[in-house]
Amino acid sequence: MPDAQDTAANQIPVTVLTGYLGSGKTTLLNRILTENHGQKYAVIVNEFGEVGIDNDLLVESDEEIFEMNNGCICCTVRGDLIRTVQNLMKRRGAFDAIIVETTGVADPAPVAQTFFMDDDVRSAARLDAVVAVVDARHVLQRLEDTAEAEEQIAFADVILLNKTDLVTAEELATVEARIRKINPYAVRHKTERCAIDLKAVLDRGAFDLDRILSLDPHFLQHGHHEDECGPDCDHEHHHHAHHDHSHAHDHECGPNCDHDHHHHEDENPHSVKSISLRAGDLNPDLFFPWINQVTQVQGPNILRLKGIIAFKDDPERYVIQGVHMIVEGDHQRDWKADEPRESRLVFIGRDLNWDVLKQSFQACAVQQD
Amino acid sequence: MPTIAAVEAGSFVVKTGFLNDVPYFALGDGRVAFVDGAQTDIQAHKSGLLAATELLDGSALVTSGDDGLIQKVSGDGAVETLSERPRKWIDILACGPSGAVAFASGRTAWVRLSNGEEKEFAQDRAVGGLSFAPKGMRLAVSHYDGSTLLWVNTSGTPQKLEWKGAHLGVCFSPDGKYLVTAMQENALHGWRLTDAQDMRMTGYPTKVKSWSWSVKGRYLATSGANAAICWPFFGKTGPMGQNPLQLGTRGDSLVSCVACHPKEDVLAIGYQDGMVMMCRFEDNAEVLLRRPGRSPISALAWDKDGLRVSFGAEDGEAGIISLQ
Repeated sequence: MPDAQDTAANQIPVTVLTGYLGSGKTTLLNRILTENHGQKYAVIVNEFGEVGIDNDLLVESDEEIFEMNNGCICCTVRGDLIRTVQNLMKRRGAFDAIIVETTGVADPAPVAQTFFMDDDVRSAARLDAVVAVVDARHVLQRLEDTAEAEEQIAFADVILLNKTDLVTAEELATVEARIRKINPYAVRHKTERCAIDLKAVLDRGAFDLDRILSLDPHFLQHGHHEDECGPDCDHEHHHHAHHDHSHAHDHECGPNCDHDHHHHEDENPHSVKSISLRAGDLNPDLFFPWINQVTQVQGPNILRLKGIIAFKDDPERYVIQGVHMIVEGDHQRDWKADEPRESRLVFIGRDLNWDVLKQSFQACAVQQD
Repeated sequence: MPTIAAVEAGSFVVKTGFLNDVPYFALGDGRVAFVDGAQTDIQAHKSGLLAATELLDGSALVTSGDDGLIQKVSGDGAVETLSERPRKWIDILACGPSGAVAFASGRTAWVRLSNGEEKEFAQDRAVGGLSFAPKGMRLAVSHYDGSTLLWVNTSGTPQKLEWKGAHLGVCFSPDGKYLVTAMQENALHGWRLTDAQDMRMTGYPTKVKSWSWSVKGRYLATSGANAAICWPFFGKTGPMGQNPLQLGTRGDSLVSCVACHPKEDVLAIGYQDGMVMMCRFEDNAEVLLRRPGRSPISALAWDKDGLRVSFGAEDGEAGIISLQ
């Protein structure tokens, strides 16, 4: 649809920064605002606090959660964001992109959902990526104490594992393994004082259906290890190979990873996990009712979902992504000749019955005979 | 035949209107442009102008911005600072009887009386909209899950009107009998103030962002659908159980802005595609005032005699249409 593309070109990209107090979120924000990149940012913060930048497009916004009157318990949006984005649109042209800094204890879902559920916001702005800043030294404790820390990691497209200079190599390996366990699909970077090339944080297109896979060409191809053993290790290798050129392969698939895995699984059965499902060609008449039903019933427990689907007799790839109960999908491009036609779907969530999901997903497959 | 004098506003038109018969355009970049033959720009705010409304006696325009200032802009271009809340974005304004000005940011509403005295009204949830009752110093504050009616000058207990959901804009009917809010979920909500009876006005495909009361408050015309939806407020029960008028129906664009004629049952309608039309309530007769432009109509107003319509759009296109 050409109209939709025109809209996309005019939509202001929005980066959401999450992270616990003290993780280095403000350091990253100050870095984005002071580096000479020729871009002008409008910044929505929860409190002016330590943002030491004199920017006339800096706005303080009290988190104001709206529940939508549509009978969906997880359909919440940020009322203050809707208003602030509308106000910013009166000064369109004065800035190139928007950054939203959330409070340390914020659930990222309402922020993300605002960009899908409010028509005015959706036409004006598009969510580019959720970036989580994680304090390598304190994150394990945070994960024990709170649900938000886990959700921030689970929700992220990009994770900055920060303050790596304050932990030993072993501690870092443990932390990395734990993060991978929660969200193996985010692109991870290890930083000190959030020193990072901003290209790795901004303009990621993480919610762009066209770019879902180009972000991580391997996330859908190697997931079959996922439900077997050492899933996290597997992904880590690929991440390192493709995204972390500057960093050493400092974590090999070893005992650490495995121990950590089992240890935490035993400890907290409600923790966030991810699963990758795989099948051949799917029957759309089975798949769409299934995905609707899954997201309706289990939406509150599904933090993110992404996938590429091969439909029977359809030459094009169908890409899909979701946040809780919100799911959107579209045809992307033709399958390439050398590309195996394969349907892959990834969920990140908690308290999901993986076996049932796997079986019911595979039941959408076209029967081979 | 209507004629259009184009105005190069050059920035999002937040509000337009007439001060002492001179058309003005309050703009997102902080300027107020007066067009009296030639265009005169007044920089009312350093950066962004977020809201604007006229004093009830029509003597001046009140604007607020992301510089935290509440400014009074007179027709001669004089700018007077009425109040300031440093570092706050003031995006909600209302003018009331005796020169009172109400404004809000986050969870706080303030009223500035004409003698300069200010009163603060802290709320539990963020303020969605403000409106003064037509008589008496009474202020309605809309917010999440309802509205609150406050007495500005006396310590009477605020009256709570509850309805689940997020209430954005709010207005009283001109006779003061009804309070109406625009909601996040593409609907209007209303309360009959004598008995707090609820009214639901639904069916909009998008949020209602513009509304206007017709002569004598008989109809409330609203944006948000592919026609201007005009709810009847005459009779004992107002719009309850009645179908609204639908004026200026189009198949290819939504209504983004409405303004009722000051003397006749006629509505000026602005659309998402920039078109402006005039429509008669009685027989739905339509007159095209402006062909589609580049962006949605964001502001629309009649002069006091109902002979001129000023309009502005989101990308800064603007103009003055003369009907004679």
